[in-house]
Amino acid sequence: MKNEGEAAKRPDNTAFTQQRLPAWQPILSAGIVIPGFLLIGLAFIGIGIGLFLTSQTIQVWEMDYTGVEKDSPCFRCTILSNQNCTCEVTFSLSTLFTGPVFFYYGLSNYYQNFRKYGVSKDYYQLAGDTGYFKSPEADCAPYAYDSKKNPIVPCGAIANSIFNDTFELYQIINGTKKQVPLDGKGISWWTDYNIKYRNPSPVNGSFAKSFDGTVKPINWPKPAYELDLIDPNNNGFLNQDFLVWMRRAALPQFRKLYRRITDGDYAAGLPAGNYSLKVHYNYPVLSFDGRKKVVFSNVSWMGGKNDFLGIAYLVVGSLCVVMSVVMLVVYAKFKFSDDDDA
Amino acid sequence: ERGGITLCGGDEKRVDSRTIYVGHRPCPDTEAFIPSKFCDNRIVSSKYTVWNFLPKNLFEQFRRIANFYFLIIFLVQVIVDTPTSPVTSGLPLFFVITVTAIKQGYEDWLRHKADNEVNKYPVTVLEDGRSVKKESEKIKVGDVVEVVEDETFPCDLILLQSSREDGTCFVTTASLDGESNHKTHYTVPDTEKDLQALPATIECEQPQPDLYKFVGRMHIYKPEQEPAVRSLGPENLLLKGATLKNTKKIYGVAVYTGMETKMALNYQGKSQKRSAVEKSINAFLLVYLCILISKAVVCTTLKYVWQSKEGQDEPWYNQKTQKEKDTNMYLKMFTDFLSFMVLFNFIIPVSMYVTVEMQKFLGSFFITWDKDFFDPEIQEGALVNTSDLNEELGQVEYVFTDKTGTLTQNNMEFIECCIDGFQYKHRDTRSELDGFTVTDGPEKEELFLRALCLCHTVQVKEAGSEVLADQVDGIDGLLLPQPEEERGFIASSPDEIALVRGAMEYGFTFLGLESKSMKIKNRENNIEEYKLLHVLNFDPVRRRMSVIVQTKSGETLLFCKGADSSIFPRVRPEEVDRIRMHVERNATEGYRTLCVAYKQLSAEEYAVADTGLREARLALQDREQKLMAMYNQVETGMSLIGATAVEDRLQEEAAETMEALQGAGMKVWVLTGDKMETAKSTCYACRLFQRGTELLELTVRTLEDGRLKLSFLSCRSWSTANQDYGFIIDGATLSLVMNPPREADASQYRSLFLQICQNCTAVLCCRMAPLQKAQIVKMVKNSKGSPITLSIGDGANDVSMILEAHVGIGIKGKEGRQAVRNSDYAIPKLKHLKKLLLAHGHLYYVRIAHLVQYFFYKNLCFILPQFLYQFFCGYSQQPLYDAAYLTMYNICFTSMPILAYSLLEQHISMEILLDNAALYREIANNAMLRWRPFLYWTVLGIFQGLLFFFGVRFLFSNPALQDNGQVFGNWSYGTIVFTVLVFTVTLKLALDTRHWTWINHFVIWGSLAFYVFFSFFWGGIIWPFLKQQRLYFVFANMLSSVSAWLVIIILILLSLLPEILLVVLRKPRGPHSRQVYLFLPFPF
Repeated sequence: MKNEGEAAKRPDNTAFTQQRLPAWQPILSAGIVIPGFLLIGLAFIGIGIGLFLTSQTIQVWEMDYTGVEKDSPCFRCTILSNQNCTCEVTFSLSTLFTGPVFFYYGLSNYYQNFRKYGVSKDYYQLAGDTGYFKSPEADCAPYAYDSKKNPIVPCGAIANSIFNDTFELYQIINGTKKQVPLDGKGISWWTDYNIKYRNPSPVNGSFAKSFDGTVKPINWPKPAYELDLIDPNNNGFLNQDFLVWMRRAALPQFRKLYRRITDGDYAAGLPAGNYSLKVHYNYPVLSFDGRKKVVFSNVSWMGGKNDFLGIAYLVVGSLCVVMSVVMLVVYAKFKFSDDDDA
Repeated sequence: ERGGITLCGGDEKRVDSRTIYVGHRPCPDTEAFIPSKFCDNRIVSSKYTVWNFLPKNLFEQFRRIANFYFLIIFLVQVIVDTPTSPVTSGLPLFFVITVTAIKQGYEDWLRHKADNEVNKYPVTVLEDGRSVKKESEKIKVGDVVEVVEDETFPCDLILLQSSREDGTCFVTTASLDGESNHKTHYTVPDTEKDLQALPATIECEQPQPDLYKFVGRMHIYKPEQEPAVRSLGPENLLLKGATLKNTKKIYGVAVYTGMETKMALNYQGKSQKRSAVEKSINAFLLVYLCILISKAVVCTTLKYVWQSKEGQDEPWYNQKTQKEKDTNMYLKMFTDFLSFMVLFNFIIPVSMYVTVEMQKFLGSFFITWDKDFFDPEIQEGALVNTSDLNEELGQVEYVFTDKTGTLTQNNMEFIECCIDGFQYKHRDTRSELDGFTVTDGPEKEELFLRALCLCHTVQVKEAGSEVLADQVDGIDGLLLPQPEEERGFIASSPDEIALVRGAMEYGFTFLGLESKSMKIKNRENNIEEYKLLHVLNFDPVRRRMSVIVQTKSGETLLFCKGADSSIFPRVRPEEVDRIRMHVERNATEGYRTLCVAYKQLSAEEYAVADTGLREARLALQDREQKLMAMYNQVETGMSLIGATAVEDRLQEEAAETMEALQGAGMKVWVLTGDKMETAKSTCYACRLFQRGTELLELTVRTLEDGRLKLSFLSCRSWSTANQDYGFIIDGATLSLVMNPPREADASQYRSLFLQICQNCTAVLCCRMAPLQKAQIVKMVKNSKGSPITLSIGDGANDVSMILEAHVGIGIKGKEGRQAVRNSDYAIPKLKHLKKLLLAHGHLYYVRIAHLVQYFFYKNLCFILPQFLYQFFCGYSQQPLYDAAYLTMYNICFTSMPILAYSLLEQHISMEILLDNAALYREIANNAMLRWRPFLYWTVLGIFQGLLFFFGVRFLFSNPALQDNGQVFGNWSYGTIVFTVLVFTVTLKLALDTRHWTWINHFVIWGSLAFYVFFSFFWGGIIWPFLKQQRLYFVFANMLSSVSAWLVIIILILLSLLPEILLVVLRKPRGPHSRQVYLFLPFPF
């Protein structure tokens, strides 16, 4: 006879309290692991081959134009006194460079990932909040105010140090230069352009007026509202080059998208022939032993050329296959001896 | 709690006794009435008040080293310009502190409530001839308090008057020590009936926590007479917290109030026991702290080396502010060092402490819930007093067990007796009763039985003391006398009841004690009456008790019963021989034997004894010693009548349990106060000693050649002999070993003793005093390798060893609840110990060990990439992960699976653990938390951390990872690493999980899903309160890149590959391989 007191004191006889919940007890037995490894290995080898072949089909042409050597075309521009210097780099393509061709600039030994550098911006300014134009974020210092205590918009080290070399590409056909049209649209993240960054709303119909009382970043030749006078959608904080620059690179050696070649005669790619790249050389890098380069590349479904992934998959895949074979041998031996015991 | 005492008792600290004026009346003949100050009767068990809660609680919480560490990190983040915002460490700390504060606040609120209930309880106090209702907290020392039936005493009272005629009252002390039987307390003899005008003072000792000790003296002043003096003992003291039973009403005078009551003094918590796992954690913490500091030092050094190169320190695109330029170089270095510390501090996670504590707290419920521990007899299951030691149950190397009540049932049964050398069996009642008549010595026989009936402290359970009995009585109590077989007896020791019952079988029935006269119904159904003059109480040192009674005819008799060793020297030697044989034979059969002796006291002898005893009882100082001396003096020159044998049956499955413990590699030591032969036979019965065991005895008997033997034994080469040894030592010899006459030998003896004991499979120490038990435990505990010890016992005499051992287990036996109160775990039966250790202990150990290792591992591979990233960002303390990820990693993304694992994992099922005791050896010596496994986990963490970082690093050699040619930035880098990290770390745990319940599935897949969901959510919204929207759409963008997917997959697989390989290749070998598949959750 159980009375109520007993029922109350007696522990619950549930699967949980008695630690008897039904449980799946996986056992990584050789019977599962060996075929599993084999399958994974084969799959990885397959993916690896695909990746490697894809990576091999991607064409890349890159060139350092810093001008460290005396005989390089841009050497004269490295002299600091030389303002508004332009130099011209010529090159030739022996085969068609399949389009769409992506035009990158690359910097090395350039630390966009410095912590102080990275926080040196004012998001509220860049989101178009004019309330923050007069009082930039403290993190922006020493790029928050100019020497006359005028607030800088956009403030901070990142904006101030925007990459300002510009390029013009010409195909040389029979001695005449034919400009290759460069497309600057869609080079930054869609969300950066459409949502994250906002221009201030125009004051009295004038975009420039909204910047009243502020000054341009010290290194900039012109204020933000004059970054692109032709295309108002590419002006101010929504300038694509600016947006690309504001997304900080992860490593001190990086490349950023400059333009795409998608228009006109070059939509199918750059045909074989001679080309000339005119560089408006403004960006000093030698003071910190940096290098600049330009890169032409086309992309595949996996992005730009990168042999690492393909090789990694091939290596790991073959490793798995080898392991499964080794395990098979070990297992066979083990099972053998086990049978003897029995 | 202590504060109150020092405050209240401040001005009387110098005096070692206090004087109380009963009813606050000044007394004649004494020095002027000085109302001394005592503390009021308020019980304050709460720690906090509303006002001091916040500061006091915070202070206490930050006294914990871990909390303090995180507070420092937080403060550094607030003061110094550090890479991560103070929120990242402040939020978890705040969370932990708040949760703890709420918990402690709630507990304190409960205590306040309980205190108020006690303090505001209405009581009746006699004041100037009137009964006044007061709140309990207003009682002052000296007040005369009235208590009615079923009420608890509001403070410690000296019983002055009882409504019962015989001046007794009954109390239960269930709430004090758990003993639910009724105890008798006595009024102070000869006090005036008129309490309103009782001129008396009480002199008693200062408050002390021992519940069973009280010494005092009462002076009663009568006009024109010498003041009468009465001695007061514990039998006069009613303790606060006890309940009045079976008595209409009593009056008592308050002697100790409030925080000075014995109950309050006993509230002090036990000293904290720390588990070996905790020590390992601290050691690992130290290693990680070193790693942390060295990481910070390396980074700081390299930073300044790197900066010394021209152009690196301050490139034109990242110039310093004027303030930074002005800062002192060394100060800058220091703040840089602190910044690195902050950046890497996540390697020591605040959440580990929370998780470990939660695991212990929640995990202990499984012990209380286990229905296998439920004993239908006492309607109780296991009890967990501390959850800090769960894992220690899996590490026990030495088991110290009490015999009586632990190995045996403490359910005494009278087996036989031996009177004057003749044996009387009890079992086959009929035939042996015939034997009784055959023997020629009816006088001795009757004397013996009378002795059994008189020499005890048993009480007859009153009719009506229980409701049930009352009802039965009401119906036919008058018609039918209560059947004698069912007569209830109450006694402090079951032996006594067994003896009284035994005597009853032979025709002598003890009817009860009424106002100092004992009634016996003899064989002829006549009532004999004896006047009880003195009771010489039992104590474990004397090991005997006596009564002095006066027969109707005026003879004064002393009856004494006790252990053979304590009786034999006190009787005539020629009587001993006949009985010794029986006693020894009974002892080898495993019975408890007692010898009974008596002596007739002449009037002069009695007068001497009487005054001596009275004086000793009245002594305020050294009362114990004086009494002891007096007892010894009285109990001499007796003549032996006979001996009894009482069987104490073995506990259920005692032998199986002991066998399992030995099979699990534990050494079992039996520590008992019983005599050697009895204990030895119990050991044989429990299979602690086997037939082939060679017994080495070191007792008083063998002591002459003992010293030689001791050194001889130690010289023996233990390892070569394939022989089981059992070792027996007795208390007297042990005290010689522990405290040899020459102090110089002490350490040598001790190490010899230990050496012998450690080479024996079982050790039996008999004739132990409680303190000696603790001494042995302490000695083993502190021996080389500091083995984990466990003590198990059921009685008050085991408390010291329970407190001394690493793990103390109390058995909810018959000898009261003191062992249970002082234990860490309490179980109803000995047989439960097997499951508690072999199944629960083993699992808890594996769980917590895995938890600890996993926590260190997952934080190592969490922080390592962030450390490596410093080499690529100019040592600028740039965090690799977003602040949200840094904060949430340990709190949300990876905490639940390991918690579920650490609560539910059963790498081997309980049945197999119970069937194969040897499995317990697999985890012996803290196997999973030694440096080797720690190194394994650390290497694994480093391997994976390197893989995560460099895998993504090579991927980012071309950051154009999307098919639209756009590039990824630093936050994408960190997010890819973090995603790989979260998945790898979680899947690593999934690989280790051998027991997948739905909860495991839910939390493992759930927390991965939560990570993905959170990342989308966190990156999907522009958060208005954030200064920077770093992660805006980073995660979604990452997932749109095929390369990112592929790199995540391959890195996860590659990180887990070695684990999987090891698991598969490390096949279990040997005979157990089939049953026990992969017993450790990780290979090495």
